[in-house]
Amino acid sequence: MAEVYSVLARPLIEGQKTMTQVSRDVFSPMDARPTRLWWAAFLTSALVMLTGFTAIGYEFNKGIGTWGLNRTVGWAFDITNFVFWIGIGHAGTLISAILFLFRQRWRTSVNRAAEAMTLFAVMCAGMFPLIHMGRPWLAHWMFPYPNSRGSLWINFRSPLVWDFFAISTYFIISATFWYVGLIPDLAAIRDRSSHGWRRRLAGIFALGWTGSYRTWLHYETVYLLLAGLATPLVVSVHTIVSWDFATAVIPGWHTTIFPPYFVAGAIFSGMAMVLTLMLVARKVMRLEHYITSRHVEAMCKLILATGSIVGLAYLTEFFTALYSGNPYEGFVFFNRAAGPLAWGYWIMVGCNVGVPQLLWFKKVRTSIPVVFVLTLLVNVGMWFERFIIIVTSLQRDFLPANWSSYRPTSIEIATLAGSFGLFFTCFLLFCRFLPVIAVSEVKGVLNIGRQPPAPHAEAAPRPVPAEGVYA
Amino acid sequence: MSRRVMIGVFEREEDTVAAVRSSRAQGLKVLDVYGPYPIHGLDRILGLQPSKLPWVCFLLGVLGASCKVWFEYWTTATSWPINVGGKPWNSLPAFVPVTFEVMVLFAGVSTVIAFFLTRRLFPGRRAVLPVPGVTDDRFAVILEETDATFDSDRVRAMLQGFRAVQVEERAEEEGR
Repeated sequence: MAEVYSVLARPLIEGQKTMTQVSRDVFSPMDARPTRLWWAAFLTSALVMLTGFTAIGYEFNKGIGTWGLNRTVGWAFDITNFVFWIGIGHAGTLISAILFLFRQRWRTSVNRAAEAMTLFAVMCAGMFPLIHMGRPWLAHWMFPYPNSRGSLWINFRSPLVWDFFAISTYFIISATFWYVGLIPDLAAIRDRSSHGWRRRLAGIFALGWTGSYRTWLHYETVYLLLAGLATPLVVSVHTIVSWDFATAVIPGWHTTIFPPYFVAGAIFSGMAMVLTLMLVARKVMRLEHYITSRHVEAMCKLILATGSIVGLAYLTEFFTALYSGNPYEGFVFFNRAAGPLAWGYWIMVGCNVGVPQLLWFKKVRTSIPVVFVLTLLVNVGMWFERFIIIVTSLQRDFLPANWSSYRPTSIEIATLAGSFGLFFTCFLLFCRFLPVIAVSEVKGVLNIGRQPPAPHAEAAPRPVPAEGVYA
Repeated sequence: MSRRVMIGVFEREEDTVAAVRSSRAQGLKVLDVYGPYPIHGLDRILGLQPSKLPWVCFLLGVLGASCKVWFEYWTTATSWPINVGGKPWNSLPAFVPVTFEVMVLFAGVSTVIAFFLTRRLFPGRRAVLPVPGVTDDRFAVILEETDATFDSDRVRAMLQGFRAVQVEERAEEEGR
């Protein structure tokens, strides 16, 4: 209802912005020439990305033997990175879809960048199963198409096939959601630019958008439907990722707690990554009025909540190992906390359970440098979580004669670095060529938390608002 | 055939809504409203029907899911049954995850395609804005000058009463 003003005391966007100012603030960095800082960041990440691709090229040429895997530890670095990246992606969908359904209107300042982050993270994630195939040129065999091998179909009972479908669907739906959200902003770029190429490109992708309310009405329905679809989708994707492990009979993997545990962990790590990126972006692109300390605080609270769920999951795993009386399960957990990789385990516990507890304090949540360091630590912790889950469950299996260890080779480390390079290269290009803030959505929340203006003298009397709706 | 329209340009959401409501109350025909963001509740004031796109979403989702269940059954139990770990040919519970993903994929993508088709949005379409700025910081209310009873001076005054920053009349091609 147009007459109803929010009861929020504080505006979502600071600085009493008008719609014209919002457009200028968000679109003008795209008009300016890239700064030296941008070039430095871009070239560094592109270089790291190329190093990673070189490592992958070497691995394609020589085979999986270039990795540190052995017959006992058959999954290690590669799958760790896969789960890590896919988890990062989930926070974008949480912000764009789940918070939309919960009518958390602060999300408008961060959802565009978070969705972009999702896309790039899923791209990084998707790369790893592909290169782990050993013969990635046969990757299309994952797709059930009629083939000359007798029409040998894929095994639909396999979690790896479920994973293929989940990740592909997730990428397509996230890209669609992101693009649909971009259309009104592309139209705004088209109508304000004078540059020939930008106007033409934005015009093509804006699909002739005019801002007609008959279109907006359908647009909002589509947006709601996509949010409604993406919400169970994001839960299903990480659930299926966790089933890659949980359907195996390996102690430490074979537990029913995995789906909620993984989903919470994914959102936890993803939120940390969103914050890392947004804290840099707001500084570099001067968006402090849009991404305010209130947004940072809200995301910190989400990190605290999901981090505590993750902590609870760690405890539950230990309790189950103890209470089940299963000696193998008990051994795996003893091995995690006190075995050869105990250092990794304690990094994981410290970063994921200990560090986020600082966010209970408002002083910490409102201090940008502290939050920045904290989010980096959370991401380190979450990477170690996946590494510990995967490697410690495999390294000491049922036969002590098979016990083994695992060390990543330089090729694997270069590949991980390369995935970060790919991620940041994509993100920097996105910051350069597309609006990092969903301008049309931010304009819709400009009035929230503001006092309604005094009715104009000649205007018809303003309808009396329902009781208690004025701030 | 051309028709005459009166376009009121506003800078604020409240003014736009008040002008539309007042126009509707006076029996004027509001052809469309343009703006940089969706105003909530305007569809009710304009008397627009809710979008039927949820039906597309639902039906295509059901279609996608049922096709997938059939396909999984056909491939694993009929076309080339392979014994995997002694599981039954028709392992329905194991088919649930992929079925769900395909359902979401069909429902989501088809809804967006249906939206583009119904609103005729396609690459390369020329956007004809009623006034510049409706994708940036202006709202435009388009009223049709239906017949001789349309008192343009009075309507102009009414729009200006709601702080219209600009009111203009023009003839435009119908069915644009």
